[in-house]
Amino acid sequence: MLSSVNFEIAKTHLLAKPRQTLIAMLGVTFGIGMYILMISFMQGFNEFLEDTLLSSTPDVRIYNDIKTDFSHSILDEISDTAKVLNVIHHPKPKDITPNLKSSARIIEDLKRDERVLAVSPQLATQVFYVSGLVQINGTLSGVNILEEAQLTGLQPKMKTGKIENLLTIDNGILMGHGLANKLNVHVGDMISLATPKGTAMRFRIVGTFQFGIGSLDNIKSYVNLSKVQQLVGKDNQYVTDIGIKLKNYDNATDVAKEFSDRYGYKADDWKTTNASAMVSILIRNVMTFVVSFTLLVVAGFGIYNIMSMTIQNKLKDIAILKAEGFSSGDIRQIFLTESVTIGVFGALSGLVLGFILSSGVYNLPFPKNDFISITHFPVVFHLKHYAFGMGFGIITTFIAGLMPSIKAGKIDPVAILRG
Amino acid sequence: MSIVLSAKNLSKSFYEPEEFQVLKNVSFDVQKGEFVSIVGKSGCGKSTLLYLISTLDTKYKGEIFMNEKKVTGLSQNELARFRNEHIGFVFQFHFLLPEFSALKNVMLPAEKLGKYSKSECEDRAYEKLKWLDMDKFALKLSSKLSGGQQQRVAIARALINDPTIMMGDEPTGNLDSVNTELVFDILKDLCKSKGQTIISVTHDTEFAEKSDRIIEMKDGEIVKHEN
Repeated sequence: MLSSVNFEIAKTHLLAKPRQTLIAMLGVTFGIGMYILMISFMQGFNEFLEDTLLSSTPDVRIYNDIKTDFSHSILDEISDTAKVLNVIHHPKPKDITPNLKSSARIIEDLKRDERVLAVSPQLATQVFYVSGLVQINGTLSGVNILEEAQLTGLQPKMKTGKIENLLTIDNGILMGHGLANKLNVHVGDMISLATPKGTAMRFRIVGTFQFGIGSLDNIKSYVNLSKVQQLVGKDNQYVTDIGIKLKNYDNATDVAKEFSDRYGYKADDWKTTNASAMVSILIRNVMTFVVSFTLLVVAGFGIYNIMSMTIQNKLKDIAILKAEGFSSGDIRQIFLTESVTIGVFGALSGLVLGFILSSGVYNLPFPKNDFISITHFPVVFHLKHYAFGMGFGIITTFIAGLMPSIKAGKIDPVAILRG
Repeated sequence: MSIVLSAKNLSKSFYEPEEFQVLKNVSFDVQKGEFVSIVGKSGCGKSTLLYLISTLDTKYKGEIFMNEKKVTGLSQNELARFRNEHIGFVFQFHFLLPEFSALKNVMLPAEKLGKYSKSECEDRAYEKLKWLDMDKFALKLSSKLSGGQQQRVAIARALINDPTIMMGDEPTGNLDSVNTELVFDILKDLCKSKGQTIISVTHDTEFAEKSDRIIEMKDGEIVKHEN
C-alpha cells in the first residue's frame, strides 16, 4: 500500500522541479499521442478498405472450380498398377459446364443455416459490350438483384438510377460507372451484349454503380438472372456461383471450409478472395504497432534517464530519509510513485493530444478522386485504443522507473552521511 | 538510573582498499539522561562507532542492546522502524530536505511513525520548533535558512518522536562560535530539563568538556573514560 507520507514526498519532489517533471511527461505525451493518431488513422483506413472489399465480395462464395488435378487417371482403375505404368501426355480438362449441380437444393439448405444472413445465386459469364464498331470485354452477372443487394451493399454504391429499376424494366442492366463512361452511355440508353458463343441481346441501362474498385467498375454489369440464363441458353436452375453473407463475417474462413466439404464445391471466404489486400492490412497493423512501441520505449528511456538523474541528485536526501526511519521499500515506493505519476499524467495528456490530432486529420478533405467515394480521411475513434494507450503508457513508465527506484532503495546511508 | 544503550565487544573491519580493523572490542554503557561525548583523532573509529550504535551500519561483530532490546541481527525493515521510533539524528551538515519547509522536515519522521494524526504531528512539530525559537521560520523552505537555523530545525526533527537516544555526528562542526554555543546550550538544556539521552561524536574539546562524560578513542579502542 502506498503510504500518504511517501506520496507527499513524491509529490513535493515532482512539484519542486516543474520543468523537469514537465519534460519527462511530454515524452510520454508525445509517445501516446502519436500512438493514438497512428492507430486511429491506420485502423480507419483498414476499416474503410475492409468495408470496400466486403461490399464488393460476398463473405463466402461457392463455385465450381475447373479441376486441374491429373494425378489420377481412370486407366489406373482397370489396369494392374503394380505391373503397368500409365502415362498420359498433356491432359486437358474435359468439356464440363461450370455450373453448380442441384443448386436449388444447396440454396434451400443454406437458407436454413442459422449463421447465414443472405444467399444470392449468380450466373456469371464473359460478354462483349458492343458500342458501334468497338467491342469491350467484360463480365455479366445474372442475379436476383434484391438478394444480391443484401449481399454486397450495392444500394449505397449506386451512382445513377436505382437497383429496383431492374425489377420493373424487363431488359434492364446495371452497369459499372467506369464501363458506362468508356462506352459513353447513360441511363435510358440501349446497349448490345454478345457472348463468346455468339448469342447476343440488347439491354436498357437503368443505373450505374461505383464500388471504388477499378477492376469491377470498369468491366462488370448486373442483369436479372433469367436474362443471363436465356443469353447463354441454359435452364432456370443453371447458376455458377452462390454468394453468401454471414451474420458474423469473421467466421468466414471456417464456414467456407465447412460448406466446401458439405457440398463438394470450392468455397472461398472473403479473406482468401482479397488475400493481397489482407496482407497490406496486416502490414499496416504491424507497422502501427512497431512505430507506436518504439515511441513509447523512447519515452520510457527518457523517464529512466530523468529518474536516474533525480536519484543521483538526491543521494543525501535518501540517506537522511533512511536515517529517519524510512525503509528501502519506502524509498522505492517514493521514486516509483514519481515515475508512475509522470506516466499517468503524461498518458492522459497524450490521449487528449491524440484525440485532437486525429480529429484534425478526420476533418481534412480527402483529395478528390473519381474512384474512391470518400470526402474525408478515414479515422476511427475507438475507446479500446485509448484504454490501451493509457495502460501501455503507465506500464512503460512503471518499468522505466522500477530499476532506478530499486537502486535508490539499496543506497547505503552510512557511505553518504560520512561523506 | 537505567541503562539505555549497551555495546558489547564491538569489532569492525574495512576490507577496502586493504584490510584494516577500525574497531577493536569496544564495550561501553550509556545511562538514561546522560550527555556523552565521543572524542578522538580523525580516523580513530569514533564515527564508525556512532553509525554502529545508531543501527545504520549492520556489518560488525559484537552485540548492541537498546532499552534492553537486542538490535543486533534485526532485519533492515525492523531496524528502520526502530530508528524511526528510538533514534534522532543531528548531523554536521544539517541534512534537511531542501524542497520541504522547516515544519515539514520536522513532521516527516512523525508522519512516518504513524502514531499521531497529521494535525497532531503538525502541533507537535510546532511545539518543538517553538521550544527552539524557530517557529517563526516554520513555513520557510529549509534551503532558505541559515546554517545555525538549519541545525536548530534538525534538532527539532531529531526530537519529534521523543527518541530514546539523540545522536549527533559533529553537530557543531560546521557552525561559527556563536551558533556552536547556542546549539550546545540547547543540547545541554535538553539533557538537564527533559532528561534526553544524548550521544555525540565531536573533535571540539571545548564542547566535549562541557558534557557529562567523555569517551576518548584511539586506534579503535577506548582509551579513557572520564566523568
